[in-house]
Amino acid sequence: MRLGFNFWLGAALTALVIFAGLLAPWIAPFDPVLDADLMNSELPPDATFWFGTDAQGRDVYSRILYGAQISLTVGIVSQVINSLIGITLGMTAGYWGGWWDDLVNGLTNVMLAIPSLIFALAVMAVLGPGLPSLLIALGLTNWSWTCRIARSSTLSLKSQGYVQAAQTLGYGDLRIMFSQILPNMMGPILVMATLGMGSAVLSEAALSFLGLGIQPPFPSWGSMLTDARQLIQLAPWVAIFPGLAIFLSVLGFNLLGDGLRDSLDPHMRTRNP
Amino acid sequence: MLRFTLRRILQVIPTVVVVALLIFVIFSVVPGTFAASLFADGKHAADPQMMARLNEEFGLSKPLAERFWTYVTDLAQFDLGTSFRTRQPVIDLIGDRMGASLQLAIAAMLFALVIGVPLGFLAALRPGSVLDTATMIGAVSGLSMPQFWLGLLLMYLFALQLNWLPSFGYGDGSLQNLILPAITLGVTPLALLARTTRAGVLDVLNADFIRTAHSKGMSKMKVVRWHVARNALVLIVTTVGLQFGSLIGQAVVIEKLFAWPGIGSLLVDSVAIRDIPVVQGTILVIVLWFLIINTAVDLIYAAIDPRIKQE
Repeated sequence: MRLGFNFWLGAALTALVIFAGLLAPWIAPFDPVLDADLMNSELPPDATFWFGTDAQGRDVYSRILYGAQISLTVGIVSQVINSLIGITLGMTAGYWGGWWDDLVNGLTNVMLAIPSLIFALAVMAVLGPGLPSLLIALGLTNWSWTCRIARSSTLSLKSQGYVQAAQTLGYGDLRIMFSQILPNMMGPILVMATLGMGSAVLSEAALSFLGLGIQPPFPSWGSMLTDARQLIQLAPWVAIFPGLAIFLSVLGFNLLGDGLRDSLDPHMRTRNP
Repeated sequence: MLRFTLRRILQVIPTVVVVALLIFVIFSVVPGTFAASLFADGKHAADPQMMARLNEEFGLSKPLAERFWTYVTDLAQFDLGTSFRTRQPVIDLIGDRMGASLQLAIAAMLFALVIGVPLGFLAALRPGSVLDTATMIGAVSGLSMPQFWLGLLLMYLFALQLNWLPSFGYGDGSLQNLILPAITLGVTPLALLARTTRAGVLDVLNADFIRTAHSKGMSKMKVVRWHVARNALVLIVTTVGLQFGSLIGQAVVIEKLFAWPGIGSLLVDSVAIRDIPVVQGTILVIVLWFLIINTAVDLIYAAIDPRIKQE
């Protein structure tokens, strides 16, 4: 397994986001919510306020560090939920076949017909804004591709000798699925989840920007951009830095995912040098 | 071909029915009714009599099964219900805004096609070149960027700093108002098109029949035009179709940012005030749009590539 430059760049960016989120309470110079001072409002970047201040006089740099916690939580939790749903449905559908397979296939097709941001928006409309709703909405949104991959991997693994040997030995269905099939399809699923983290962070940013996700004053990168349209003329740093944070972290997840995929699938590597 | 066409068209119907059911179920479990949320601003105490009257008017006091039956029978007659707020038929509200949404989606797609496909093509013909590397870096950046942030930056640069273009709004429908939102919306499909075109062309270039074409003395230009372009077309058509279908979903944020009067901004505004019939109707129309385009793509695909039908 050879990992390219892109993978390591992605890993470095991802590590940066993780460190920012974990260390925020120690390295952030100000409190992201409480240190608001209208005397300091809309100050350009300087030695005290590295990324400037927003309309309420809060330090944009500190808010971005804390915002990493929200992005990471959203990315990781939503992808864990997605993978659990996708693996469970896809693996059982592929293994058992029959009416259950038809049902899962139908459901997957319906989910694929609804644009993911629209589905998340509908769920947010029902559950109301906030982090828990976001985790549920984004966790229910993107499992259809994982489900497809799990199903097709299960179909091909089912005919492998070691799975048939396990069946002959009288192992139960669930035991075969979890001990023989699941470990052998984790690669592509991990790739999907890494790429999915990027799209979850983008969706969170979009929903929060629309005012349906994380509510002010909590520092999500998306909600920090909510009033940027009004501020951008006088204080462009309020718009530039949170967007840059989203861009770099999503770029990190995407490069990491692409790099993993290329190393798992040597055929892809020769095509994408 | 006729049988294939009919089968694909008929396959859309069950999906639409299930999506309609799903939408009804999701919005029936909404905790707190519209009438309650009208009074939720804290300024007015909820007047139980008033709430009962509103619930009566919108048929919300009826049992769930009855409401569901009304929803389904209305839907079968293309009646999407009445807006809670404006009391206009939802289908009219959507109809009024469909034009602006279509305009935006078509402009974004054209922008993506005109730039993305040639870039992907040129990159594939010279793999490893500066152009190829730059295209691939540009593509992964385009896919990682929050679209609305890019829109904000474009707005700042071209509207507020340079004063070349209006910063937001539909204006009188002139091209100037369309340019910034269309470019913003077009970046994702552009990046995907550049990527898939490149991958498709590279795939074809490695195929046996290309080597045969070269070895029988066909000129390089002719090989590219006759074999490579035609085979890569299938992949490009698929990407264009899928992207065009989902553009209207992605447009939600962009329409809101640029105050573009399409169905995306209608959806967001209706979610904010919990105008559920409009939310349901808009989502249904977006899904229908997606499915119709997907079906059209499958049919075009089968017409270009006869191998598909046999599967």
